[in-house]
Amino acid sequence: MNWQMHLPALALAVPLLGAFLSLVVGLGGRYLRNAWMVCVSIATTAICIMLLQRVLAGGTMVYVMGAESWNFTLPSGLSWPIRIIIQVDAFSAFMAATSSIAALAGAFFSLRFMDKFTGLEKFSALYFLLVTGMLGMQITGDLFNFFVFLEIASVASFGLIAFWRDRPEAVEASFKYMVVSTVSAMFVLIAVGFLYGRYNAVNIAAVARMLHMGYAEKIALVFLVVSLAMKSGAVPMHMWTPDAYAEAPAGVTCLLVAVSQASLYGLFRVCFTLYGVTAGSVVIPWTIIIMGVLSMFIGVTMAVIQKEMKRLMAYHSVSQIGYILLALGVGLLSLKDPQAMADYGFTAMKGGIFHILNYTMYKGLLFLSAGAVFYSAGTRDLNELGGLARNMPQTTFMFVIAAAAIAGLPPFNGFVSKLLIYQTTFAVYPLLAVAALVTSVLTLASFVKVFQTAFLGPARKTFEKVVEVPASMLLGMAVLTLVIVVLTLFPGWTLSHLVEPAAKALIDQSGYISAVMGGGL
Amino acid sequence: MNPLSVVVRTICDIFAWFLGIFGAYVIIHGHISPGGGFQGGAVVATMAALLLVAYGGKKVLSFVRPGIYTGMEATGLLVFITAGFLGIGTTFFYNFLAGQGGLFGSVVPLGPNSGILNSAGTISLMNMAVGLEVVSGLSLILIYMFKGIRLFEGREGRSERGHDR
Repeated sequence: MNWQMHLPALALAVPLLGAFLSLVVGLGGRYLRNAWMVCVSIATTAICIMLLQRVLAGGTMVYVMGAESWNFTLPSGLSWPIRIIIQVDAFSAFMAATSSIAALAGAFFSLRFMDKFTGLEKFSALYFLLVTGMLGMQITGDLFNFFVFLEIASVASFGLIAFWRDRPEAVEASFKYMVVSTVSAMFVLIAVGFLYGRYNAVNIAAVARMLHMGYAEKIALVFLVVSLAMKSGAVPMHMWTPDAYAEAPAGVTCLLVAVSQASLYGLFRVCFTLYGVTAGSVVIPWTIIIMGVLSMFIGVTMAVIQKEMKRLMAYHSVSQIGYILLALGVGLLSLKDPQAMADYGFTAMKGGIFHILNYTMYKGLLFLSAGAVFYSAGTRDLNELGGLARNMPQTTFMFVIAAAAIAGLPPFNGFVSKLLIYQTTFAVYPLLAVAALVTSVLTLASFVKVFQTAFLGPARKTFEKVVEVPASMLLGMAVLTLVIVVLTLFPGWTLSHLVEPAAKALIDQSGYISAVMGGGL
Repeated sequence: MNPLSVVVRTICDIFAWFLGIFGAYVIIHGHISPGGGFQGGAVVATMAALLLVAYGGKKVLSFVRPGIYTGMEATGLLVFITAGFLGIGTTFFYNFLAGQGGLFGSVVPLGPNSGILNSAGTISLMNMAVGLEVVSGLSLILIYMFKGIRLFEGREGRSERGHDR
């Protein structure tokens, strides 16, 4: 048996081992702890990329925890799966690879950024627990385990957001996030309970196979959509994002961006795979589209007026989540109609999924560069900052790339995914495309403002002694910059080799079901 | 928090042992009776709460060192994940001890029986690891929450006095 069969389990086991051993390794001092953090992050990223490679080559992977064989999904004599099953299709693997790259960059960045804090072995333990929870949400094949990993990710983020313990704002942000997360996790649990009560199963494939719409299923669907949209920071429930993103240490914010993508992943997995066409083609798709448009517009208008760098970027992440919701809502809208799917639905989904990758990369980079400015200049207030391009040329260069990408300037990767979204939403309802365009213009405006006030302008006396950040922080930013440049140079290759299989996997409900259920039931 | 009266402290002296033994029982019998590592661990951890309430923080904190709890926590977690990794020859978390004889390896006969403690393989091992982790984790939480109260009241460092002396 090939060892690569164990990749889905290793993607969870390695960061979990990293978290548990951090407490022991932390005894060995600062260098050992940093080396451990780097090793585990690189190993996790390598595993996720190998997983993606293997899934793209060989189709959906299944892994049964603790069974006599890795693909023993249906125990003998039973007709439905009862064990803990990890199921990785192209969409899951795409998400896992994307988020693990963001986690790697955040880990590199945190090595020096966290120098001012104490209790760092606990920081690295929580960091890897958050990575485990995030990857678990993305590759689990089981609704209840989705809830478990959601909780692991939430609890780890409470600690990480409040890691700046002597700042009351950080504790407040963490408490706010705790309340929102707990409420949404309870919603998910109730929804899973409804489905378990109806079908005696919690495996996504098994439930999807038996699902037919009734009151219990409708309630479960509403609970799942609301709670996961809340966790990803879509507009009516976005109040936790600015606080949490702004107050968490920068490396953690980069990871939190990826974690919000894991909640989005859950939302789309529920809508496309668990419910599929039974979700109907009016209420749920239009709810997601309207949430998307509201998030885009309200997020960006709130961002334009912010005076604090990280808070401004946090509002932008609300608006970028809106693009993804809009695109995949359009995909869900055309799920029932093969003609519409071929005309615009599939392209919209490609745009949305490509935007997930782009958004994670440039948003992570923006937060890291804001953290770098804070590390060197000691303030995040745009009214005080100015003229930093002379002191921090590398950071400025990478910030410009990220800002151009998020604003959707051609030829950057953000432009490609946004163009796909404009084209396809126009086919559904022209006003949606107008809203998306206006949002993009306002995004550009606010990043011109940040760039101009923080990096350009005359040199200020107070920042005379500011120097470039240490090499490990630059390395963390360079990882993301490299990915953005590659995506910018090869958008066609990315779309056809990474994004299209992921979009196909998302609409291929029967393929997801048969990978676990085979011919059973 | 000040120490409570001599009645409370005497009852605590007697009762704490039963708490510990009952918690250990729930942990060790986790695989054949209701309960398990988490439940039993929570019972044992109430010992810390009992001591904090009955004897007051100053006395308890003078002989409890958080480092010991952290060590126990790490041990429990590492035993758990090691048991998972050792099964990876077959699958991750594979129960490689069950039915093999030796430690936790007895084969359980079909039908009603009085419960065979030396069975269930890695499940009982993991129950104990989780128990150790929960005991130390919850005790640490209680101790830190107690320290938090003292910070909140601004009484850190001021000497404490009991009711009855």
